[in-house]
Amino acid sequence: MDNHGHTEHALEHAHADHHHEESFITKYIFSMDHKVIARQFLITAVFMALVGMVMSTLFRLQLGWPGQKFWLIEFLLGDKWGKDGIVDPNMYLALVTIHGTIMVFFLLTGGLSGTFSNLLIPYQVGARDMASGFLNMLSFWFFFVSSVVMLSSLFIEGGPASAGWTVYPPLSALPQAIPGSGLGMTLWLVSITLFVISALLGGLNYIITIFNLRTKGMSMTRMPLTVWAFLVTAILGVLSFPVLVSAVVLLLMDRSFGTSFYLSDIYIGGQALEQSGGSPILYQHLFWFLGHPEVYIVLLPALGIASEVISTNARKPIFGYRAMIGSILAIGFLSFIVWGHHMFITGMNPFLGSVFVFTTLLIAIPSAVKAFNYITTLWKGNIKFTPAMLFAIGLVSTFVTGGVTGIILADSALDVPVHDTYFVVGHFHIVMGLSAVLGMFAGVYHWFPKLFLRHMNKKMGYLHFWLTFICAYGVFFPMHFLGLAGVPRRYYTNSAFPMFDHLVNINVMISTFAIIGALAQFIFVFNFFYSIFRGTKSEKNPWHGNTLEWTTPMAHTHGNWPGALPVVYRWPYDYSKPGKQLDYVPQTVPLEEGEVDGGGH
Amino acid sequence: MIKLLIYAAIVLLIIAVAQLVRVFELASELKGEKSNEVTYKDHRNQGRMMFAFLIAFMLFFVWQVVKYKDAILPVAASVHGKDLDWLMWFNMGLITIVFVVINFLLFYFSYKYYSRPDSQATYLPHNNKLELIWTVVPAIVLAVIIILGLKMWNTITEPASKDAIVIQLYAKQFDWTARYAGKDSTLGHSNFKLIDGANALGIDTLDPHSMDDIVVHGELHIPVGRQVEFKINSRDVIHSAFMPHFRIQMNAVPGMTTSMHMTPSITTEEMRKRPEVIAQVKMINEIRAKKGEDPYEFNFLLLCNKICGASHSNMQMNVVVDTPEQYEAWLAKQKPFLAKK
Repeated sequence: MDNHGHTEHALEHAHADHHHEESFITKYIFSMDHKVIARQFLITAVFMALVGMVMSTLFRLQLGWPGQKFWLIEFLLGDKWGKDGIVDPNMYLALVTIHGTIMVFFLLTGGLSGTFSNLLIPYQVGARDMASGFLNMLSFWFFFVSSVVMLSSLFIEGGPASAGWTVYPPLSALPQAIPGSGLGMTLWLVSITLFVISALLGGLNYIITIFNLRTKGMSMTRMPLTVWAFLVTAILGVLSFPVLVSAVVLLLMDRSFGTSFYLSDIYIGGQALEQSGGSPILYQHLFWFLGHPEVYIVLLPALGIASEVISTNARKPIFGYRAMIGSILAIGFLSFIVWGHHMFITGMNPFLGSVFVFTTLLIAIPSAVKAFNYITTLWKGNIKFTPAMLFAIGLVSTFVTGGVTGIILADSALDVPVHDTYFVVGHFHIVMGLSAVLGMFAGVYHWFPKLFLRHMNKKMGYLHFWLTFICAYGVFFPMHFLGLAGVPRRYYTNSAFPMFDHLVNINVMISTFAIIGALAQFIFVFNFFYSIFRGTKSEKNPWHGNTLEWTTPMAHTHGNWPGALPVVYRWPYDYSKPGKQLDYVPQTVPLEEGEVDGGGH
Repeated sequence: MIKLLIYAAIVLLIIAVAQLVRVFELASELKGEKSNEVTYKDHRNQGRMMFAFLIAFMLFFVWQVVKYKDAILPVAASVHGKDLDWLMWFNMGLITIVFVVINFLLFYFSYKYYSRPDSQATYLPHNNKLELIWTVVPAIVLAVIIILGLKMWNTITEPASKDAIVIQLYAKQFDWTARYAGKDSTLGHSNFKLIDGANALGIDTLDPHSMDDIVVHGELHIPVGRQVEFKINSRDVIHSAFMPHFRIQMNAVPGMTTSMHMTPSITTEEMRKRPEVIAQVKMINEIRAKKGEDPYEFNFLLLCNKICGASHSNMQMNVVVDTPEQYEAWLAKQKPFLAKK
């Protein structure tokens, strides 16, 4: 009953809009419309990503050519942090820290889920809007304020947080240890707390919308895999983000009120501190209890997008739909019991380490199923190479290439020589960073017609993909070799002592690829903003997709569908079904007599 | 002022490019094409690009392996290190197979099945047999990996033997100090509240076990062929004791003692005579000569491998593996900490 009441109400609302034009402020700024909120998330995330990317360019300049002077460094960092064009060591650590924070939280959690969960959940389950438009609006504004707070920490006296994106105490707790642990760290903690509020408001909304607002006929096993991925992502977020808040609040108290949750037996700056009885390891347990599910919070939406894009453009049903759902659920469940693999060498009990080895390696099984299913979907397909499709195929490649090195790192004994080396940096950037970024690009190119009613420029799309993809592998693949040679991560320079001097060429190569890759992103940014205003207008269903969003009119109206809500009769993957006239059958087409739904013949 | 000009130039450039793109799009629309519609020609070109990428990617991989095969996993200089390396290469072999096969299938299928005017996709929603195969096969392979890995893990983490040499590695921003337990093989108590200028480790001088403890800065000496147990502490932030050549690593955590142990199998002298080490040192010295820096001689190192502050990248200690005789001679020259006082 409630469900009906809501849709009726939304319908009335939609009608009302035809009469009263909304003001600019309610329509574009404090909007409660899921499509507008999706665009707000996307544009904010694109901006944050640019900041994070420029930071990586700066520290890659330092790593590739340590001690050399660069005009760009002085131009961007100023006299204090980039004196004579050389990055200050403290600023280097700050850049690494904020780069990680922005990319993991602001781009790949807020940006990815915020954009595509908001855009696609109501569209693809056939709802007028999110369950609570108001909470959804709050979710974006918390995200926005949190971004502003994070960026503001770049402009303060002691510099931003610089204890690494994981901000392990005591380094993050003691301003005596590093200048970034002063006000910069406080702002980091405040920003992340606001961010978590945003993630929770969004996540609860996504879950409730998916469970309650599906249109008639949209059973759980008729949902597109995108929605399944967003659902599991949201559940992971709701269960794990509160733990991060507890970690952050305890750290704030240690910093500001003299408690000793994480601190004990410390002598620094010429004096013994009062705190005793705390454990820095406690923080790591709390942090990684979020931190590991976070990897999948980042990755699952990208995999969901890839499922949709690959199936649509291969003109074939996604292979093993139910196995795909099963593996999303398995990955989601397992992600909660593997956090200890980040802590094999912290002095954690070795037996506990063994348990985490076992659970972590289990994740390889559902991951392998997903990879093989994508490949089988391509097999004997009729592949349409849209820019989105290129990015989705790229994602499958990085997911596998980065995933397999995880087998080394999950194996506690083998983790010992490569822990915290560039091997880890290469691994997680490829499997999590690249996969999620490529998935996000695939989503932007694929659903741009729904976001902005226009197409992005195709040629620039192709150029952007190839430059990005080649440079990305060029940057992160060689890092495995550095790591195996024993080069530690987060070193300001690898030539403070001679042991790694013979590897300096690798760093030059990596930095060169990084700079070209960074420049290539400006092609995307240009294409993105150009196409918002001047791109060629899109037709209603440009990729001949089956899902419900392509049945909505090419206009941004409240309530999504002008008339009654669509009714769903079949699963979303009837591509190239034998005996059909066209190579796609939208979900709203009733089953013929004797036709079996859901991949049956 | 210059900054302002740069910003203005960037803005003008963006406008110029935007106009240029617009001109191209309008021109192609005049020719009757929909400029952003993906055509069969695009499918063919991009499909071929996929294949070209596959070849290039594999060549890049092989080139890297050939070029850096001597640099990766430098000679293991501890007893367990050799077994660990074997396990590492075994796992690396497995994942290389998976990496090559899956990337090959992915890009090859992408190329082979690019859309042509007369092509049609095959409707294949699922196949239980296939799906069972690629669930069960990875499960079996992983079982092998897990069993071998945990066996190795048990070897690394089993308690150190009773007659191991006990050495404390004490970390602070930004250096390492070593403390030898001395004849009684037991480290004296220490407390961070006792730290002062003369007693950087906060050693409790009233504890009888402290009497014979030896504190060493700069260089750590250990004998070949005898087990060494490191007890690791930190007095400020988390550091990590990482000895890449010995394949050991353990965090130094304030407020608790962690430990690791290993048996060195090659002395520093022997290392310096190994051909792969000579080649590497020669390469490093050529680079250093060009930069006008002093020549380098091979040394084992203890590195800090957990971000600990501004000089994190320069927090290391030389480790010298001696013959037993050299070690005894060196030890005899060291004075206990309390005697120095």
